Amino acid sequence: MTASTDGMTVPADDVAARLTGFVAALRAHGLRVGTGETVDAAQAVAALGLADRDLLRAGLAATLLHTEGQRRVFDPVFDLYFPSRIGAPTVEAPADREDLRERLALALAADDAALLGRLAAEAVDGFGGYGSSPGSDGWSSYQALDRIRPQTLFARVRDDVRARSGGSGFADRLLDDEIRRRIETFRGQVATEARRRVAERRGRDEIARRAVAPSADRVDFLFAGRDRLAELRRSVQPLARKLATRLAARRRRAARGTIDLRRTLRGSLSTGGVPMRPVLRRRRPVRPELVLLCDVSGSVSGFSDFTMLLVQALHEQFSKVRVFAFVNRVDEVTGLLVRGAADPEGLSARIRAEATLTGWHGSSDYGVALGEFAERYEAAVGPRTTVFVLGDGRTNMSDPNLAAVRRIGERARRLYWLNPEPRAQWGTGDSAAAAYAELVEMHECRNVRQLEALVGRLLPV
Amino acid sequence: MFTSVDDVTARLAATGYLASPAVATAVFLADRLGKPLLVEGPAGVGKTELAKAVARVAEARLVRLQCYEGVDESRALYEWNHAKQLLRISAGRDESWDEARTDIFSEEFLLPRPLLTAIRGDEPTVLLIDETDKADIEVEGLLLEVLSDFQITVPELGTITATRRPFVVLTSNAGRELSEALRRRCLFLHIGFPEEELERRIVRQKVPELSEALTASVVRVVGALRAMDLRKVPSVAETVDWAHTLLALGADTLDEDVVRASLGVLLKHQDDILKAGAKLDLDAV
Ligand SMILES: Nc1ncnc2c1ncn2[C@@H]1O[C@H](COP(=O)(O)OP(=O)(O)OP(=O)(O)O)[C@@H](O)[C@H]1O
Ligand SMILES: [Mg+2]
Repeated sequence: MTASTDGMTVPADDVAARLTGFVAALRAHGLRVGTGETVDAAQAVAALGLADRDLLRAGLAATLLHTEGQRRVFDPVFDLYFPSRIGAPTVEAPADREDLRERLALALAADDAALLGRLAAEAVDGFGGYGSSPGSDGWSSYQALDRIRPQTLFARVRDDVRARSGGSGFADRLLDDEIRRRIETFRGQVATEARRRVAERRGRDEIARRAVAPSADRVDFLFAGRDRLAELRRSVQPLARKLATRLAARRRRAARGTIDLRRTLRGSLSTGGVPMRPVLRRRRPVRPELVLLCDVSGSVSGFSDFTMLLVQALHEQFSKVRVFAFVNRVDEVTGLLVRGAADPEGLSARIRAEATLTGWHGSSDYGVALGEFAERYEAAVGPRTTVFVLGDGRTNMSDPNLAAVRRIGERARRLYWLNPEPRAQWGTGDSAAAAYAELVEMHECRNVRQLEALVGRLLPV
Repeated sequence: MFTSVDDVTARLAATGYLASPAVATAVFLADRLGKPLLVEGPAGVGKTELAKAVARVAEARLVRLQCYEGVDESRALYEWNHAKQLLRISAGRDESWDEARTDIFSEEFLLPRPLLTAIRGDEPTVLLIDETDKADIEVEGLLLEVLSDFQITVPELGTITATRRPFVVLTSNAGRELSEALRRRCLFLHIGFPEEELERRIVRQKVPELSEALTASVVRVVGALRAMDLRKVPSVAETVDWAHTLLALGADTLDEDVVRASLGVLLKHQDDILKAGAKLDLDAV
């Protein structure tokens, strides 16, 4: 019932070493794999054998993974360490482009995944190789796909399927999308195969380290490219829902509060005065207020944008949320955030266009901005307010204005600082983070995973 | 319990559960390694049903702890039967407190709840901890303890240890992220929507009267709906419901009228129905 197996190609005595290397590569990509899991995985391999690659993949996933999100790291690393074959595919004649396209069209029409996998191998072997001197040569899925152009087979495949089924009525209108999905799958198979061939040449461990992108929640805010930031923005809503449940649970726990003695005793009358069921006093829920003070200058804007969107998505959890942005001047952007919830991509552009954030120069000045905030928006901060400052504390060598921070801290219920730089860099160069960290509880917040943990823990309930 | 993954697949199929290779592998390993199996996935993909099917295969009793917000020790582990204890105390007016106490904290007054029930007794047992994500986080600590040593301490009675470890299945809909500690105790299985071929077989098995061709169309349409950006995409349960509906309508092929009339079986939100209708070119849904 498992159709797509080509048989495993790992010699048995090599298995332990292969498994260790595999686990090390997973760890290098941020998966936390403990010794216990590794032992389980070895037992799984022993129980399942190597004959069926699909089962091996499923067994290793069951023993080594703990969430579905880890799959995106696991699968490509698995393909490198437990490849479906070794070396070039065996074909009678060197691949001819038109012939390969012909066979590809037939396989797409038949939706034959195993055959598509073999054709992907031929495509990489015949059209993906570049360079000739060792060191500069390799295999490129991009080049292979560029020559084979599977997407141009679309109309041809559709005609084939139609001709074969004689047009099967209603479901036919789904055909276009189905064929597009099959072509996408084939492109993925070509990419996997190219990685495998490169790995064979350069050493698996090195490729595993470089060629697999880390999962989105572990990408450094400071280094995330445009694609990754877009991906992060899409994760705001699900993350907010998750955090909302967590906050609700914390709130419930806080509300459980203390025992109400009077009502407990009154209740105990039915049990002859023996207090059997304690009655808990309910705390009246007063939702807290939140103020965000965000550095939105170029260096850290990816981090601030994401955090602002996240807090906006959580606004129902608070009685009031106000958001302020600064570079070297401060302006309130709460309204922009509320109105712009439908267009998260445009947020930073809108903030830059519509708020007054810079005075007579364009670089960050924490001292001036914090001072202006403490003065102009004193009323925004009160005993029910929790304030978060977001930024790297790089103040371009100007005065950090510690007095202003102290002043904000004294008025607020709590004051936290989230810094997207690694802790080791706080206070280096023009960073005043170390000085600020002496006054404010400062946390390292380099990626979504850290942010999620901090927000879940620090947000007031 | 099982000799191979194929054995798992075959025996689950015999009780009516059609397992993908990943599902069968995870069940096989959970049994081999003696570890609890955490099953995550969207609603209606057969998480609960899997536990029931394993119980049928093993001819084991099924003990189910249904989690919900507010479930606590007295619902999950055990509780003393206070009313009965009070009766007992007032009945024995002239005995000493010490005598009464040893008596009222004995087995007779104990109300076992699912976790205790599952580790007591010698018969093969499948313990299903259903919708674990709905329970408060404190309950996880409790589960962790029980699933680590398979023993439960009742202070007044002593420690009760499982003589025969149950096969444990925890399910979760990822409503709340389960703690890392609990996850580490378990083998992990994510059940997503089945591949077309498997889903066809599931429908064929549940609604054998529906023609093969129509079954294939049903599964294709459901696949297309899942690829759309909807509030709630149809699950396996809905696919099966739809197949039943089509049978009841006496349809022998899909056409616009039939789909329009029955789309509500697959999609529960009005705006999803409108959106899907537009994408499937149904005029005026
Ligand atoms: N692989 C399968 N084989 C047989 N029946 C299945 C399969 N998958 C799902 N079903 C059927 O789908 C229906 C829904 O399954 P079930 O209630 O177990 O879903 P669930 O994942 O537990 O959902 P929820 O998260 O809502 O509790 C059941 O009637 C079950 O019989
Ligand atoms: Mg269920």
